[in-house]
Amino acid sequence: MSYNLKKESCKSERFVGGHRLCAGCGASVAVRGVLRAVNDEDKTVCGVATSCLEVSSVLFPFTAWQEGFIHCAFENVAATIAGVEANYKAMKKKGKVKDNYKFVAFGGDGGTYDIGLQSLSGAMERGHDMVYVCYDNEAYMNTGMQRSSSTPKFAEVTTAPVGSEQGVGQMGVGKGQHKKDLTAIIVGHGVPYVAQTTFTGNFKDLHEKAHKAHYTPGAAFLNVLAPCPRGWRYPPEELMNICKLAVETCIWPLYEVVNGEWALTYEPKKKLPIEDYLKLQGRFRHMFAKGNEWMIEDLQKHVDKKWEQLLKRCK
Amino acid sequence: MRKLLSGNEATATAMKQINPDVVAAYPITPSTEVVHYFAQYVADGDVDTQFVAVESEHSAMSACIGASAAGGRTGTVTSACGLALMWELLYVASGQRLPMTLAVINRALSGPININNDHSDSMGARDSGWIQLYSENNQEAYDNYIMSWKISEHKDVLLPTMVCQDGFITSHAVENIELLEDAKVKSFVGEFTPNRHLLDGKALSVGPYDTPQFYFEHQYQRAQAMIKAKDVVAQVSAEFGKLTGRNYSFFEEYQMKDAEKVIVVLNSSAGTARVACDQLRAKGEKVGVLKIRLFRPFPMEEIAQALSHVKAVAVMDKCDSFNGMGGPVFVDVRTACYELANRPMIINYIYGLGGRDVTVENFLHVYENLDKVVKSGKTDNVYRHVGVRGVN
Repeated sequence: MSYNLKKESCKSERFVGGHRLCAGCGASVAVRGVLRAVNDEDKTVCGVATSCLEVSSVLFPFTAWQEGFIHCAFENVAATIAGVEANYKAMKKKGKVKDNYKFVAFGGDGGTYDIGLQSLSGAMERGHDMVYVCYDNEAYMNTGMQRSSSTPKFAEVTTAPVGSEQGVGQMGVGKGQHKKDLTAIIVGHGVPYVAQTTFTGNFKDLHEKAHKAHYTPGAAFLNVLAPCPRGWRYPPEELMNICKLAVETCIWPLYEVVNGEWALTYEPKKKLPIEDYLKLQGRFRHMFAKGNEWMIEDLQKHVDKKWEQLLKRCK
Repeated sequence: MRKLLSGNEATATAMKQINPDVVAAYPITPSTEVVHYFAQYVADGDVDTQFVAVESEHSAMSACIGASAAGGRTGTVTSACGLALMWELLYVASGQRLPMTLAVINRALSGPININNDHSDSMGARDSGWIQLYSENNQEAYDNYIMSWKISEHKDVLLPTMVCQDGFITSHAVENIELLEDAKVKSFVGEFTPNRHLLDGKALSVGPYDTPQFYFEHQYQRAQAMIKAKDVVAQVSAEFGKLTGRNYSFFEEYQMKDAEKVIVVLNSSAGTARVACDQLRAKGEKVGVLKIRLFRPFPMEEIAQALSHVKAVAVMDKCDSFNGMGGPVFVDVRTACYELANRPMIINYIYGLGGRDVTVENFLHVYENLDKVVKSGKTDNVYRHVGVRGVN
């Protein structure tokens, strides 16, 4: 059956309103999108790493999660959900659980690219029947917008500020290093389904990838670009536009890797210059200052190189 | 059933008889053989357990937390640095009131690395909200392990439990021990039926963000559960005694009735202490040994009562606290005795660190010094070391 946003939106929500996430935050959009792709008849247990998403959605005695939810710590959501999944198998075998469950781990980029990488790698390698979703907002937004290994080069964050002594080491220019390619790292684990997505148009890309991830037996990984209005410094209503431009500039290409086969799921008709994406966000403002043209050139070159690499992999 | 087993194998056998839903473990250096035995039981279909060979002790404890929250019976095994790596999550497990059992094969913490026995690992975790049972020999390790599940899962407790035994000394030494039949273990431990869990089909959020409005109350409840655990340990131990004829108290008293000079010790060195005690008793000295089995919750009143008639006590710590005043068992025993009308004089000996051999002579030395304390009426330096070169 073909995808229909209106129909999908009428499904009962597994993650409901009343939580305290900011207007224009990508985290809740990612969660709702991913959980909408679980078939009605199936139940879920979601794990969430310590993050904005966690502290904003389950403040005792309230919860926005309508089914099973567990938070354990920052760096271990993959292992925690793996434990839930292992127990499900044991109880299912003994006939103690009748329903069919889907297990989903959500982590921000800090809890996924950095401190949670080991736990994630372990769970992926062991092949638990689970989906790990990184809602990637490219910095530690919950703790004060510090740099992560997902923060793109030149983005200004609190631990990589812009300063007057530019070029001293890698400081002074915003973040001095390029973003880690986590999606490719997970592909290296040989899991059956890996995809990169974000919020575009009618959410079809996110929905279809999430559905495949849920219903591919074994471990699956979704990397979802999920902007943060506070850290990226954009007006809340620009969320969808920013995601669209991330895709159209090829800064965040949409693709999936099924059993090791790379495939683009969207190819921009005309690749836009990265300025179109950067200029909407306060974190890149210094790149447009006189004398900093080299920053834009440097980043454009990197984006072009990564895009060419991806095109080759997808051939 | 009598069987010749190492401490590791005794623990693995108990684990097999319990047949948990999930076991997650990782072989940090130093690692334990318990998991090898258990993996074989899984491979041979002797148990129904899902065995998760995780990539770290941190993930082992995380997976156990997930499994317990999902309504499963779960546990893991570790030593030394592995326990240290679990630190953060030990508090999560007890704070979320998730029952489980952790077999600790006691070994020294790193800095520098040493894989041999002492108690720096579990002593460091003594205030993490876990019940702690210590085992002198393979039989006690086996018995405590079986009892630990019933204690942990008791509705008044719902706290995780560590069952400790000495690395190498107990874990690798082979002894003849008495095993229970599988069916008896099964019926003794019973089914684990948590009130709520993640797979019961209803909405449940485990591990929420706890605001200042509620956090304190939750900590208070955890503290109360630990207090209640004492009665539950007594109750479960009595039931176990009825089943097996092997009776366990919070601590074991040896020659304590008229003892004036007493050594307080836990785990395998208790046997060595008893030999020293016997030698001195043969010479007419009024000496005794008190071996602690239940360290958390700490049986404060009972220990004070047991020491109320004693003149001088030496508390043995196989773990240094680096605090300038003494080891953890010492601090607790001394605190327990504070309310006594006639307090004994109490000194501390740090001993056996990093697998340093503990001899009968060490204990004779301690008793000899207790005698000096009694005769002089002074404790002098309470924070002492025995068996360390250049000191004694």
